[in-house]
Amino acid sequence: VRPLNRRGADIAVWLLLLTMPFWLDWIGGYTALGSRVLVMALAAMSLNFLLGFTGVLSFGHAAYFGLGAYGAGLTIKYLVPSTLLGMAVGVSVGAVAAALIGLLIVRLRGIYFAMVTIAFGQVFYFIAFRWNSVTGGDDGLSGWRRAPIDLGVIKADILGNDRAFYYFVLIFFAVAVAIMAALLRSPFGRTLLAIRENERRARFLGIPVDRHIWLSWVVSCLFVSLAGTLYALLNNFADPHDLRWDQSGDFVIMAVLGGMRVFWGPLIGAAIFVVLQDYVSSQTANWMSFIGLFFVLVVLFFPRGVLGLIGRKTAR
Amino acid sequence: VEGAPIPVCGITRFTLPPPPFPPPPAGEGWGGGGPLPLPPPAGGEGPGGEGRLLATMTQLILFNLFNGLIIGAFYGLMALGLSLILNLTGVINFAHGGFLALGAYIAYTLIPYIGFWGGLAVAPFLTAGLGLLVERVLIRRLYGRDPLYSLLLTFGLAFILEDGTRYIWGAGTLPFAIPASLSAQLSSQFFFLTGYRLFMVVLVVAAVTALFVILNRTRLGMRIRAGTLDLETVSVLGVNTRILRNLNFGLGIYLAGLAGVLAAGMLGLEPTIGGTLIMPSFVAIIIGGLGSLPGTLLGGLLIGVASGMTTVFFPSASEAVIYVMMALVLLVRPRGLLGEEGRF
Repeated sequence: VRPLNRRGADIAVWLLLLTMPFWLDWIGGYTALGSRVLVMALAAMSLNFLLGFTGVLSFGHAAYFGLGAYGAGLTIKYLVPSTLLGMAVGVSVGAVAAALIGLLIVRLRGIYFAMVTIAFGQVFYFIAFRWNSVTGGDDGLSGWRRAPIDLGVIKADILGNDRAFYYFVLIFFAVAVAIMAALLRSPFGRTLLAIRENERRARFLGIPVDRHIWLSWVVSCLFVSLAGTLYALLNNFADPHDLRWDQSGDFVIMAVLGGMRVFWGPLIGAAIFVVLQDYVSSQTANWMSFIGLFFVLVVLFFPRGVLGLIGRKTAR
Repeated sequence: VEGAPIPVCGITRFTLPPPPFPPPPAGEGWGGGGPLPLPPPAGGEGPGGEGRLLATMTQLILFNLFNGLIIGAFYGLMALGLSLILNLTGVINFAHGGFLALGAYIAYTLIPYIGFWGGLAVAPFLTAGLGLLVERVLIRRLYGRDPLYSLLLTFGLAFILEDGTRYIWGAGTLPFAIPASLSAQLSSQFFFLTGYRLFMVVLVVAAVTALFVILNRTRLGMRIRAGTLDLETVSVLGVNTRILRNLNFGLGIYLAGLAGVLAAGMLGLEPTIGGTLIMPSFVAIIIGGLGSLPGTLLGGLLIGVASGMTTVFFPSASEAVIYVMMALVLLVRPRGLLGEEGRF
């Protein structure tokens, strides 16, 4: 197992993320694209907490992503036009739903777990799709906007200023990533790795495996919901598509593409995927085929991911 | 039916419109299709109003029960193919819905030349042929690896198949002509008994019977069943497991293609039809129990009836109810109704 805290890589990543709005335009991107990369990276890294570091295959994370998005959007639209409160509601809704569903599925493993998570994800999709009067149905939840932050001392115009919003996202990204990194370095995180490597042995050592997997699942879903709230804020819109199984697949491919066993892997994967999707969908109407082909090629030729490949080469 | 655009109906929209009934839409649908010779809604005036309301209610329930059984049988057929592949190879074939749509579109293309019956006979085989090829070129490489990879690969395939059908046949809904002999209405009392619905039931029963005969009576079927339990031993005994898995995959895709043609006759053709239909099949497998084919069939029938009955009382929950059922089954019996303990 590679050490999680490689100082040099960490510093490089943070420097790149901190300066991104200043060089992104220059290489042909735009700031909102940078924010999207961050949000998707947060979602993929949260998924990877479960997938790569606990070894549990969830294919239904879009449900919690979307719950976060709708939680934030509905709160801002119908209750209070407060960005932070909306986020708090979105994250709570996602985490509570995950905690409850987690109780049902925590004893399942492997493909059974994957299938059940996919199927459960669809419930929320149908609710968002069907409950027209509240969620806007197929058209999505629009008619609301993120509000500028005003905490008395700190003021930030995250609505009008794209860069301000980027740094707003980056703060949450940093906190979430730091918490996950700390968890992985803690005895709890080491136990998760042990479960991934050999569940039976972990069980014989007296580790309450199901409880650990449940906790890992809830942590993972909580941060995915956070990403979902940020995504809704980014677009000022919540889309039922955010809840669908294809979105879950996108998260998994980001994690795999970057490298599931490397902490920063999903960040790289998300960056590649988001930029590619942005480019392909602007070039052709048949972007779905290209994304599908991309899935196939990654599975056949890059199963260890970009960072996994580099890591293997340098390790030799 | 021919030429008239069939209203966009996903599998999810099989509600009977509440009285008073609007003019019936053209074409078959999961429900609501075909003429609905129901008595006008009882307004409570005059004697017998209550009785007629009761009769309407009974008809409504009967209609949805029957409809639910048909849909359930259909889910079962689709899920059986998925289950076959899953049991032998451990691959969750996400592209199953894509193959289903492809089967339907191939039939649509063939029907002007060889007629409905010809299309019904040929299209599933062509789909299965493509399935054999896909297994040979792509899926085979992933056996024995983390199920994550086969899941992702078939996921990508589902994208490609859906987008491919959209590219070739267009994004709109296409009408799917069924023979006049099948679209006839069989009874004026029980309006829901159209020929096509009955035909679907007969065909599903025939297909399922044939499948179980193949699995229990032929050498191939016995090898598939043995391989499901212990593929390594089967291989050691001299069976070519590469060919076995290939044929098994083809068999599963054949069922998907057949289900596709049947669904097209009922729903019309849309590229997204596969994506809509795959989730209930997953639920059917989970409820019935992974690893059990009769369980899969039972799961399909149960969710069909459950969502049919929910349509009567609470139409907007007709999709969600199957997931509630799944949650209940997982709570009470995590291995599924007929699943074996500890296999998955």
